[in-house]
Amino acid sequence: MSLITCEDVTLSYDSKDVISGLSFEVNEGDYLCILGENGSGKSTLIKAVLGLKGTSKGKISFGDGLKQREIGYIPQQTQVQKDFPATVWEIVRSGFLNKMGFRMYYSKDENAKALEIMKKLNIEEFKNRSYRELSGGQQQRVLLARALCATTKVLLLDEPVAGLDHMMTVQLYNLIEKINKEDNITIIMVSHNHDAAMKYASHILHIHKDNMYFGSKEDYLECPVCKKEDEKVPHIVAGHAKHVDKCNHKH
Amino acid sequence: MGYVLEELELFFSLSFIQRALVSGAFICLCAALLGASLVLKRYSMIGDGLSHVGFGTLAVATALDVNDVTFQVSLPVVIITAFLLLRISDNSKIKGDSAIAIISTTALAIGYIVMYKHGTNIDVSNYMFGNIFTITERDGIISVVLAIVVILLFVFFYHKIFAVTFDETFARAVGIKAGFYNGVIAVLTAVVVVLGMRMMGTLLISAIIIFPSLISMKVCKSFKNVVILAAIFAVICFFVGSVSAHLLDIPTGSTIVVINTLVLILVSIFNLVKSRVRTE
Repeated sequence: MSLITCEDVTLSYDSKDVISGLSFEVNEGDYLCILGENGSGKSTLIKAVLGLKGTSKGKISFGDGLKQREIGYIPQQTQVQKDFPATVWEIVRSGFLNKMGFRMYYSKDENAKALEIMKKLNIEEFKNRSYRELSGGQQQRVLLARALCATTKVLLLDEPVAGLDHMMTVQLYNLIEKINKEDNITIIMVSHNHDAAMKYASHILHIHKDNMYFGSKEDYLECPVCKKEDEKVPHIVAGHAKHVDKCNHKH
Repeated sequence: MGYVLEELELFFSLSFIQRALVSGAFICLCAALLGASLVLKRYSMIGDGLSHVGFGTLAVATALDVNDVTFQVSLPVVIITAFLLLRISDNSKIKGDSAIAIISTTALAIGYIVMYKHGTNIDVSNYMFGNIFTITERDGIISVVLAIVVILLFVFFYHKIFAVTFDETFARAVGIKAGFYNGVIAVLTAVVVVLGMRMMGTLLISAIIIFPSLISMKVCKSFKNVVILAAIFAVICFFVGSVSAHLLDIPTGSTIVVINTLVLILVSIFNLVKSRVRTE
């Protein structure tokens, strides 16, 4: 069974349908990139996957022992967070809150696990530093560590490289790839970065009002229309739909 | 010096002053704890909005000759407003700050019209700037209970409050009922505002919500310390303010605000000097 299955889902925002008839599945070890223009409904889809928003039609289901609240989510940073007085340690451990129930404190095991994750992401030295003193890339690794405390199976990243410089972007992509390959953690990433999606992803979900694409990256690349149109992101609109019948892929 | 000590001895020995000081300190403590979350979530203005609505309800209820103005009218209306303001702030479609300004000025205007027409045996300046000695015995008891509730909330749900404050979307994603915590904080803030209005007045009550956490945010690196230090700062500023107000014979609420402002300035200067020293 798939980790996440999305069946004929319709999602609406402000009582307008932004996504309709969307089906896809995510399996263990996948690296899925979700592409699409601003306003295409990517954020709405993420909220639905996380259970923060209901579907108006269709169903999103979870398998392989994955619980919805055990998805390691990395939201886009908000302005509020950038100067928030909290230590890295406080933030990272808050990933365990999905297992906390009515406990008042984090367990010893959780503290040890948090440290281990921080070591792996090279942020151990920042443990008692304040989040607001860190660079953008370091902050993003803190949020990644928090997400890894919340999950052992799936990371869901919402444009994680937004606002990072080139070096930091490359580092973060490599880190995520490592987590995907070495720890076999499934990655779902919303991205604007087409090149990176082509480089790292195993699957592509392209969200568009009239034509959706879901499939492996290889198929996506082979499809001349998809490829050609996609290079023009964010201008991929009109012509694409017309070519659908010439293209064998599931649009 | 002898005079000052004598004066203070007398001040602290009077039972109505003791009552005012104890409830005032507890109200400030609660305001500071709740304020830590509100300020960091950029909801500072909610306290201001609530107090204006509180003023409107007091004026209208007094005019209508309601028995128990605070309990039958102010508290329920302000609590409902708190939920409303929270919703407005969460809704990106409406500009939160202007919505709050609209609600608070309207409430203030209606309150004053009613007060004006009803005849003025009410002291408007008490409503606007507060009078710590109008704190009743019942206010004192409620403020102690409230303080216990707020402290227990922070002790038991500290990590969840932190998560909801730092990153509400993530908190919701890991299954924390963020709406519940926001609601609890809003209701408690409403109670703090209604109680604290007697002491601080409509126009100054939001100071005791905002200042302590702003001050501690400047010196603390962790959320835990921000919360603890805000509570400590709040109580210290309250006592220093009350005592100096008495000695200098000036209004208590305003003095508490000025003391908070002074501390904020001192802390900012301290930070500035510290960063200068570091760069050199």
